[in-house]
Amino acid sequence: MRNHVLRPLFAALALVALILTARQLMVPSDFGVHGDSFTYNFYRADSVNDWKKFPVSYKGREYCAECHEDNTESITKSKHAIIQCENCHGPAMQHPDNPEALTINRSRDLCLRCHLDLPYPGSQRGELPAIDPNDHNPEQECVECHNPHNPNLEDME
Amino acid sequence: MVDQLLANSDLIAHGMEWTTKEGFVYPNEFIYWSIQIVLYPYMTGLVAGAFVLSSLYHVFGQEDLKDMARFSLVFSLACLPVAMMPLLMHLQQPFRGMEVLFTPHFTSAISAFGIIFTTYSIIVLSEIWFVYRVYFVEQINALKGKKDLVSSFMRTLYIILALGAYDLSNEAVAIDKKAVKILAGIGIPVACFLHGYAGFIFGSVKANALWMSPLMPVIFIMSAVVSGIALCMLTYIIIMEWKKFTTTLAKGRGDESVQLIKGAEVDVIHKTSRYLIGFLIAAITLELLDQIFRGYTAMKSWDILRSVMYGKDFVNIFILQYLFGNLVPFIMLLIPKASIKRTSVALALILFGVFMMRWNVVIGGQAFSLSFDGFMHYSMPIIPHSMETFKEGLFGALLVGATPFILFWLLNKVIPSLHFTKK
Amino acid sequence: MSCSRRDFLKKGLVGGAVAASLPLSSFKFLTPAEAKSAVGDPAVRWGFLVDTYKCTGCGFCVKACKKENDVPYDLPITRTWVERYVITKDDETHVDSPNGDRDGFKDTKIDGKTIDPKDISKAFFVPKLCNQCDNPACVQVCPVGASYQTQDGVVLVDRKWCIGCGYCIMACPYGVRFFHPVYKVADKCTFCYHRISKGMKTACVDACPFGARQIGDLKNPDDPVTKAILTERVAVLKDEYGTKPQVFYIGLDENVR
Repeated sequence: MRNHVLRPLFAALALVALILTARQLMVPSDFGVHGDSFTYNFYRADSVNDWKKFPVSYKGREYCAECHEDNTESITKSKHAIIQCENCHGPAMQHPDNPEALTINRSRDLCLRCHLDLPYPGSQRGELPAIDPNDHNPEQECVECHNPHNPNLEDME
Repeated sequence: MVDQLLANSDLIAHGMEWTTKEGFVYPNEFIYWSIQIVLYPYMTGLVAGAFVLSSLYHVFGQEDLKDMARFSLVFSLACLPVAMMPLLMHLQQPFRGMEVLFTPHFTSAISAFGIIFTTYSIIVLSEIWFVYRVYFVEQINALKGKKDLVSSFMRTLYIILALGAYDLSNEAVAIDKKAVKILAGIGIPVACFLHGYAGFIFGSVKANALWMSPLMPVIFIMSAVVSGIALCMLTYIIIMEWKKFTTTLAKGRGDESVQLIKGAEVDVIHKTSRYLIGFLIAAITLELLDQIFRGYTAMKSWDILRSVMYGKDFVNIFILQYLFGNLVPFIMLLIPKASIKRTSVALALILFGVFMMRWNVVIGGQAFSLSFDGFMHYSMPIIPHSMETFKEGLFGALLVGATPFILFWLLNKVIPSLHFTKK
Repeated sequence: MSCSRRDFLKKGLVGGAVAASLPLSSFKFLTPAEAKSAVGDPAVRWGFLVDTYKCTGCGFCVKACKKENDVPYDLPITRTWVERYVITKDDETHVDSPNGDRDGFKDTKIDGKTIDPKDISKAFFVPKLCNQCDNPACVQVCPVGASYQTQDGVVLVDRKWCIGCGYCIMACPYGVRFFHPVYKVADKCTFCYHRISKGMKTACVDACPFGARQIGDLKNPDDPVTKAILTERVAVLKDEYGTKPQVFYIGLDENVR
């Protein structure tokens, strides 16, 4: 029994061995330093693929133009050409498989994002055509008079 | 499935429920670190203190601490899981906590936790094994003949615990004592390190104007030693008073042994409070130095720090922490002929003061926005209505606070630490 | 040895729970070649350019970002937001960002205060997003290697490995990180990594009608973003922290927080 003093040490070593074994089993093999720096590049490599696989929701105007050529063409001729279809029509993610998922926003609030009068010098905002929503036909939706695909005031009906 | 979860109207962003914003605060800013992270450095400080006290007997042979040494060693074991509990309760993914041991990213202060904590646990557990080995063997022999379920279970438990080391010869027992001494000696710096690195966790966050200071780890160690000594003294007083009380019941008030206990108690308390005052001075000096330096250098963040320290958190910092937590007990301890009662009040105030210091660092560091142009206020959830508000609220804190006492009670069933040696 | 045994059991239990909580796919072993191709193209360094003169605060970028990236729409957390600065002639700075500008600025009042247009000396909008720093403080402090920088310079969070301690949230000087309430891990702007790695632009860049936001490859000297950064006067946010942000701003005002 001379060496009973070492028993807790053996137990401690067994614990460390256990942790290292668990580590071997639990940690994916692609975990490591992928780059120059342990500080910034220590990670599970496959995580990058997880992010690459994330689904795309906003598909862009070209995707809409594949079917809705007339609408995309009319808007590209107008001052609203700079606005993407999906800003007002919602992300095309499940469209056309699930037409209901596409929610068109026709609200006044949507137009006011740009056209609420904020006279800010030194910002492009001050140069946009703008209204005071309390004075300018407060109860009506903008789209009742203005055509968002062709907002030209001269072409208004 | 994710779509449904995202559309769930009961969804709550972490921190939303207990944070109130004022002025201009970035949208993602909330009090992310709340009561559990206040408790974490407070509890580790107490653990370290309890361990250091038991080491005083084993390493430096302070005979008058003999009874206390066993008690505080087992108590520090009961406190061990509590150093880890607040962190686990605070994690959003508690089951992944083991990853800190699997893939430690050593440029992070938190990654050291797993390794330091494991090392410290092994030291405490080994020390207890050496202290109690003789007791294990005695129990195995004593329970030998008994047939009832409890006895046979306890005997099996002790056989496992003894690790096959049944040698009770004088040589073997002497080896045990030597091992305890060595382990206690190694334990002191490890205990300090366990706590000092908690200060590093905060001090190294460069984005936080209040936390970032190289003094932070040292301030944390000093106040940990202060709170550790205070807790041990307080416990010592309670145990000695109890001992005095039972002796008085048995032998009458005027008995010699009662006076003997009283004399020893006052002597130990007086000796220890000198160390306490010393560490208290060091802690306060460092904190004041830190504050003066911030005010004098007046970096960009000083405007907002000043309005937090001298405005929003004035009561917490200057009244509760410095006045009632430091100055008042300091004077109480300095006035000569301190009675046991007065000392106990001073010790309780010091424990409260250190808690307020942790609060003011953790919560105070999040009281202002990274924009330096707004404030956040933390209202601790009292009545929980979800797991989140339980964990990060009053009841979560109480659970952490109560755990060491429950564990201590359980541990005493196996390794009794409250049987005092009769002189 | 009671002790190690107790630890053994405890750790075994925790280990089992870890195993149960992780989907099997996270343990897919990659060949070295696969791993190399997975970590991003080191010949590319993604960077971002914001033109604060062009931004009108419409907030289409914020809306698109939240919908594209599954950030709960009705919660205040967001991967990108737009701040409004109005500096009056008495040198007062008024700042706000209601709901992170998800719905645009619907009020002329700032933080409840009415400001007479005649008193305004300058006013502008500043979009904010993750700076994808060259020296990301958030990555440095991650205890388990769940936050990292890809070879093409984007800082990402491994949702299968993050323990949710919040240290990275504390370490970011820009406040771009938050806890995702569904995944229960740290979340942040990824530069729409799933889009840029397919040759698309980020959702916010596509949604911006005014070209105030642009993303490009800083290692390609012919990239419009690189050209603009090299030839125009640009600035970064909070450079005193030494994080080396890779989101550059044209017309950044000293009042910007």
